[in-house]
Formats: sequence, C-alpha cells, structure tokens
Amino acid sequence: MVNPSNWDWSPGRKLVADVNDAGPDFVVRELAVSPDGERLAAAVQNGDTHHIRVNGQLEPQEYEKAWHLRYSPDGRLTALVRRNDQWSVLVDGQVWEEQFDYAWNTKFSPSGSIGVQFKRDMRYSVAIDGTPWEQSFLSCRDFAMSDDGQSAAATVQVEALPEADIFKFLQGTWSIAVDGKAWDRKFLNAYTPRFSANREHVAAQVRLDLFEYTAAVDGTPWESRFGCIWEPTFRPDRADLLVPIRVDGGWTLAENGKPIWNRKYVQLWNQRLSPDGRRVAAVVATSYGRWTVAVDDVPWKLTFGNLVAAPVFSADGHHVAATIRTDAQWSVAVDGAVWPAVFDMAWEPVLSPDGSAVAARVETGGRHALAVNGVVWRPRFDRLWDPVFSSDGKKLLVRGIDDGRYHRQVLPVQEVIG
Amino acid sequence: MADAVDMAIVDKGIDDSIGKLTPERIESVIRRVLDKESGARLQVYVETCVRCGLCAEACHTYLSRDKDPDYSPVAKVKATLWEMTRRNGRVDGPFLRNAARIAFTECGTCRRCSMYCPFGIDIAYLLSTVRRICALLGIVPQYMQDTTNAHSVASNQMWIQQDDWIDALMWQEEEACAELPGALIPLDKEGADVMYSVIAPEAKILAQLIGNMAILMKAAKVDWTMPSADGWDNSNMAMFSGDYEIMGRVERAHWERAVQLRVKRVVMGECGHAFRGAVYDGPKWLGWRGPPIPMVHAVEFYYELLSTGRLKIARKITEPVTLQDPCNIVRGRGLHDKLRYVVRALCEDFRDMDPRDEHNFCCAAGGGVINCGPPWKLSRLKSIRVKAEQLAATKAHTVITPCHNCHSGIEDIIGHYKLGMHTKFVNELLVKCIEMPGS
Repeated sequence: MVNPSNWDWSPGRKLVADVNDAGPDFVVRELAVSPDGERLAAAVQNGDTHHIRVNGQLEPQEYEKAWHLRYSPDGRLTALVRRNDQWSVLVDGQVWEEQFDYAWNTKFSPSGSIGVQFKRDMRYSVAIDGTPWEQSFLSCRDFAMSDDGQSAAATVQVEALPEADIFKFLQGTWSIAVDGKAWDRKFLNAYTPRFSANREHVAAQVRLDLFEYTAAVDGTPWESRFGCIWEPTFRPDRADLLVPIRVDGGWTLAENGKPIWNRKYVQLWNQRLSPDGRRVAAVVATSYGRWTVAVDDVPWKLTFGNLVAAPVFSADGHHVAATIRTDAQWSVAVDGAVWPAVFDMAWEPVLSPDGSAVAARVETGGRHALAVNGVVWRPRFDRLWDPVFSSDGKKLLVRGIDDGRYHRQVLPVQEVIG
Repeated sequence: MADAVDMAIVDKGIDDSIGKLTPERIESVIRRVLDKESGARLQVYVETCVRCGLCAEACHTYLSRDKDPDYSPVAKVKATLWEMTRRNGRVDGPFLRNAARIAFTECGTCRRCSMYCPFGIDIAYLLSTVRRICALLGIVPQYMQDTTNAHSVASNQMWIQQDDWIDALMWQEEEACAELPGALIPLDKEGADVMYSVIAPEAKILAQLIGNMAILMKAAKVDWTMPSADGWDNSNMAMFSGDYEIMGRVERAHWERAVQLRVKRVVMGECGHAFRGAVYDGPKWLGWRGPPIPMVHAVEFYYELLSTGRLKIARKITEPVTLQDPCNIVRGRGLHDKLRYVVRALCEDFRDMDPRDEHNFCCAAGGGVINCGPPWKLSRLKSIRVKAEQLAATKAHTVITPCHNCHSGIEDIIGHYKLGMHTKFVNELLVKCIEMPGS
C-alpha cells in the first residue's frame, strides 16, 4: 500500500521534466504523473515506433504500440504495449512474459495488483500481475479485483449464442467468473461484479428475464425482483449489499434485497459509503431534471440542473463533496452548499482527511487551476493532475504542467485559501 | 385492407412468443402500461383525436400503399392502442400479432403525421406505447430483439467485442495518418473539447468514417478524443424495441463515459435515431431534462467548422446530388438549414427534394423498421414508393444521407426501384473537398 507520509512534503516547487525535450521527431501521445509527483511519464511516437519516456529519459525498448499509460497507486508505471503483433503489459520498464492477442482495461487493486482483460486464440479472460487465469471464455466485458488483489471476478459469456438466437439468449449465456471459475447459474446479463472487503463474497447485477433484474451474491440471486437496478456496493465492514432499485417507476436504495431508504427518487445511482460503512451518499434526482446528493436518504436542499457526479466522502466520513454542473457551468458542492465560483470544467473533489478542506482542479478559458474551498489559486497551468493532501491535511501536493514544463510543488493549504 | 402478403410474414420473435402468452398476462401487461407508465399524456391523446384522418396524407406508408386507409396513422392507432384501451387489455394472440406488425414495421415513428394533425397529437408516441406493450409481452421482431440483446450485453448494437473496438480505432488512425500525417485518434483524453461518439456499424462495417473524422479533426485543429471503453456507441435500438430499461442502461453508459472524461461536449456521427436516443428519449427516462453535457450532431458540427472557416473548401463535388433530411435531426431538431449550408458548400449541383426540410418523407428505415430485418424488407420497400419517386424526380447521381438508417434504407430503395443512384455520408464528401493542411 502506498503511504504518502513517506513522500517529500517540504514546501517548494521543483522542475521535474520538460515535455518539450522530446524533440520534434517525437509526438507526445499520453502523459502520466506518479502519485508522489516525482515522475512524469510520456508515451511518445516516432514514425511507426512507440516509446516510453520518464522524466525526459527515453527508455530503450521500442514498441509497435504503447498506450493507456497509467501509474498504479503504489507508483509503478504501466502501459499496454505491442511487440511482434502481440500485446502485453509494461510495468516499470519490464514487459510481462505472458503475451496476448489483445490486452486492455488495466485496473489496479488498492494493494497495487495490476489486472487486464485479454484475448488469446479468440478466447477471453483476465490476467493479474502477469498470471492469466487458466480458464477462458467466449467473451469477457468487465472485471473487478479484491482489495488485496488476490482475487478477480469477471463478467463472462459461458454459452455460445448462435446469430440472432433470441430464444437461447433468454436461457442465459452470461455469468460471473471468480478466479476463473464461473458461477453455476447463467443469466441474460450480468454486470459490474464487486468484491466484499474481505473478498469472501462477490456480487453483481443480474438479469433474470427481459424485464426482471436483481442482485446476485456468490451466484445466488436475491429473492426480490425489480424493474431495473444499478451496480451493487458492499458495506466495507461486512457482507451487506447495497443496490439502487427501481420500483413502480421510482428509485430507492435496497440492502440485502429490501428497501432501506423511504424516499423514492426519479433517479438514484453512484452510491458511495463512508470509510466506516455507516453512511451512504448517492446521486439522486429529487424531481425530474433536478439532481443532488442524498446522504442516508436525506437529500441536500440545493439541487442542480445538468448533473451531479459521484459523491466523495472525507476519510472521517463526516463530509461529502461532489462535482456538479448546472446552468451549463461546473462547480463543486460540499455538504449541500455549492462553491460560489463556477468553471468551464471541474474534476472530482479531493478532501483533506478531516474534510475541512476540499480541493479540485478546475478549468476556465482553456487554462487549468487549483481551487480549494472555492478559492482559486492564482497560478495557471496547461494541465493539472488531482491534488493530494498531506496526512495532516495542512499541505497540498500540486502536479502541473505549464509552458511544457512539469513541476512538483508542495504548498500550505493556507496559501491558497488565505 | 392490409397487404395479405405482409400479414402472412412469419417472424419468430413475434409468432413463436405469442403462443406462450396467457389472457391474464396480456391483460395485466396492457393495464400496467396504460395505468402506470402512460398516464395523462396518453389519455389526452386518445380522447382528443376526432378521427378526422388528416394524418393520412402525411404518412409515407399510406401514400405508398395506394392510399389504403388501413395504413393511415389513425387506422394504425385504431387497430392497436384504441382497441387495447377499449377492451381494457382483454385482447388475444391474433390481435397482438397484427398490432406488433403495425407498430414495429408499418410505423417508423417519424412524426410527420403529428405535423398534419390539427391537435398535434404525437401519434408516434402512441405506436411506441404499443411497442412497449409488445416488448413487455416478449413479442418483438427477431432481429430487432437481437439488436436490443446486443445493446444489453455489449453496450453497442452489433455485439462488437471491446478489443475489436480498440483495434478498429488504431487501424483507422493508421489509415487517416496515411492520408494526412498527424491525423491521430486520441483515446480517453481527459478534458478534451470534444468526445466523438459513433454508432456500432462505424466500427464494424464503415470504419473509414472514423478515419475520415480523424482527418477532419486534424484539419480543423479540434481538441478531441474517443473513448476506448464501453459507452462509445451512442445508438439505441432498445428505444425502438420498447425495452426502456436497456435504453436507459445504454444511455447512462454513454453519458457517464463523457462525464468521466470531462469533455466539454459530445459530437456524434451521422445518425438520426442515435441523436434522438442520446438527446431526448434516453436522458428523459434517466431523469435528465436533456443531455448532461452538450451534444452536437455531426451536421451541426460540420456547419460550425465550415461557417467559422476552420475547415476550408478546396474543391467541390460536380455531379448532381440530392439530400435526405433525417427525421430525427430535421423534424426533431431543425437542422435542415445548416444541413443545406453544408451541402451547398460542398456541391455545385444540389437538387433539393420535394417536399423537403421538416416536411420531407422518412426513409422508412428509421424507428427501428430496418432493424426488423430480412423478413420485413420487401414490406418496408413497398411502404416507401413515395421516396423512390421523390429521389427519381431529382435526377441526382448521389443521395447525401447524414444518418445511418437513411443511408441503408435509401440504398435499399435505390436497389429495389432501380434508381441508379448511390448514397454518401457528408463525412465522405468533406474529406474529398476540404483544403488539407500543408497542401
């Protein structure tokens, strides 16, 4: 697990890399910054060859393709790369030994495991940390890893479906596979597998008939049936499962098959749990076209017209923030109050551990900036990555590019909010 | 009297399913839709109609079928929803078989009839309600249901695997770069000005349209991106099959991908029904008044690029062309003037159809009718003779079709009625006509 306390939190600004150094022969395709801000990686292309650069240094390997550049939470650089017409995963300069006809959808567990979906010999499967499942399937469309990275669950097609065979489709051709082994039961559709925190249970949305949905846990559907549902979430401290359900045209939240919220909403999705699992926040539409966040079934009084993105809890669970868009402008709402400043774009808010400070990267007039508690810090950037709070919440790590130069900067939060 | 040949068409999705229905189930589903899903809007429409029949002359099916009254919009409603209402849902299998044929294959929900109704009754909505009833009963034309199944599994309408999608984008980038160096397709670029979304046939059978767009984006210096993951397909046949739950799931995936990428707006390719699904029907079912992020149809985007000089025309198409007004972006959005601005910028000899603009006839492929598949093809073509006559009168060589359904439907019309024309998307003409950077 990554521990930001070990990073350099000395206030100051340092130049890490100059993107322009790549030179005119190289096209910069993608950029990624390490969580601690110490490294800037670039996927670059020179004619038909692709390369990786880290802090201005070109790595020696050449690829036919290199894309989907991502840092893992523990700071390892990954990319999807193709050599000799075979795809694999590059991790900190080393390509997995396993090669695939295709590999995509890199995901990370909080513990740092790296997973991808892959295709080999027209069969589909999942590989974690370079080890593919022994089993493969007719198709695979999503996967999730347990928090410790020791297990994975995937949405898989377990029965062949002849072209336009709508009757066999009704018998079920999809299921969930956990560590390669598919559940016994097949469904019309299975979506969004999720692990319980202790990885003992896996839940997913399942479709039992054309208009009959429910959640299944470890292959067994809930007894209750619904007109529609959205993705499930386990409470972090136990195996209780929360799922938005649609009943009689309205949405509410169910736990273990039974509604636990009393209100009905025009919409309810993207539920999130506080770290202790006791509080639930979700995006809701309280009336047609009016969106907000409901915490434990109490919607904020303020509603927004265009959208509300998934809510974020502070580490102590006392505060909730979300990006909103209303009247065609973006902003951030915190605990039911919206920042007075509006932007052309705002990204997901980041909360200090006690929730007293909320930061987000924002964009106005094509320039990016950092905003904290609604106050916009003066410097402007061509590009910013999400800010990171120090564990005491008093400092911010800012990672940004201006005029082609990438800087890592640590500053006191007070310097922004005054 | 409806065409006996069409009435005898066997469609497994309809015929095999009807036999499994009980009277109780039929009644309960119809009552559910009438009482719980439809409400005042339906009641007002049903009670307001005075059976004047003015809608008849608006309907391409009625006109193409020698003005047989059975094909007038009011007759289609009378034979379906009114009877269901009048009988309180107590209808039988043969009735439903007839209703499914009418609702899915003899009405493309093009909404031309609503313009001719003195009360503005949305007759397409009434027939969509019939489709919804049929869907809940499991009686949907086989090929349309299969397309809905594809949406449910793959979030795209053609069962395209995720790796095939990414591969198509990378392939088209190489093709585009061969035409215009640097015409890259940036994948998953956060914060881009534009997310470009397409419908599945562009990845499966018309991939050059994506490559063309890469060229146009490069030439116009647009900051753009395409998603590498599900949510890239903006089409939605579930909207037409009556499976609104899958419709909502597909639209949610599309819009959440755009929100995740934090793009300023979504530009969509040349498709009409997808525009309707992504801008109107999908958001509405999900609780949004409109798209959560602005969405622009390709026609509007081309207009913007040309009228602001971001794309410049170097040469024009000289052969005579005509233009199909797609229902969902012209009657549904009013883009006909912008569309003509674009066409006139590209073509020297533009010959408009008559009637045109919002009065233009549907291609008879939209509304999911073409997705009902091979069993219904001949029936569809019998229902669109007026379009063949319209096309022939222009004496054009090329029919510009800024909509995938129009494109396929008019190809079929051209073949069936031996018109000797060919169809083109605007995108295909643009790449031939624009001034390439560096040239």
